[in-house]
Amino acid sequence: MKFGVVRFPGSCDEVDALLACRRFGDAELLWHTDRDLHGAQAVVIPGGFSYGDYLRAGAIARFSPVMAAVAEFAAGGGPVLGICNGFQVLCEARLLPGALLPNASLRFSCRQVRLVVENTETAFTRACARGDLLSIPAKHQSGRFHAPREELDRLEAEGRVALRYAPGENPNGSERDIAGIVNDEGNVMGLMPHPEHAVDALTGSTDGGKLFESLAALEPLAA
Amino acid sequence: MKARVLIRPKQGVLDPQGQAVERALPALGFGGASHVRIGRLVELEVDDPSQVPAMCEKLLANPLVEEYEVEVLGDGPVNGSPA
Repeated sequence: MKFGVVRFPGSCDEVDALLACRRFGDAELLWHTDRDLHGAQAVVIPGGFSYGDYLRAGAIARFSPVMAAVAEFAAGGGPVLGICNGFQVLCEARLLPGALLPNASLRFSCRQVRLVVENTETAFTRACARGDLLSIPAKHQSGRFHAPREELDRLEAEGRVALRYAPGENPNGSERDIAGIVNDEGNVMGLMPHPEHAVDALTGSTDGGKLFESLAALEPLAA
Repeated sequence: MKARVLIRPKQGVLDPQGQAVERALPALGFGGASHVRIGRLVELEVDDPSQVPAMCEKLLANPLVEEYEVEVLGDGPVNGSPA
């Protein structure tokens, strides 16, 4: 599996994401002005503050040239994982439903959270067992997942809430403790916590590796 | 042509900034203020004001969680810029 990790001006977790991907496959960085994905078979949109998060987090990044290529890749069924700011970018790009609003606390929250794996059938969670608790850090100021009630009901009914904050550990006020969702087709995922920071025992947890492991095990799409 | 866009959280969308300000006002002696909502103001000069709603839909606002009002102010300098 060859991963492409997008780097925008203002990204800050792209190197950790790159190193996490390299534990399970090949990976290279893609620049925001790239108009193609250099043959990547899975794309990671990392965390950070793309274009300074001016206007709204992800609002400017979604119009970058590389995102046009990512949207096309996703439309063709290619797997795309958005982490934190990457989740915000994917929502702004309408590749995922909903929006990430300022934390209910109005504070930047940085803490280790536990995530309940609600759906182990997705391309991103297949290496997990149902009910697994993943210990992964979350660090953000605008991570409160919001969607209209009907949309939330639909996400739940279709099993698209792949990851949920464990009871009492919701750091941002997300509706229904939602931490990570997948799109209709199941090939695009966004989550606020940072699996790329939880791939080495040195930093306390290797649970985040499950997501990259799941992706690496996918059958790459025919070019 | 000058235009002004007022963007605010939709009704029903939690606005913690507004809540924080609402809680702060009584402490400063201002009683009786409620329903504080905080949004943002975008001022711009445009050749064709009829394009502003499309700008809002695509970039300036997130219609999923925000509502916007466009005000066309006519010709003249944008507030704060030299006449």
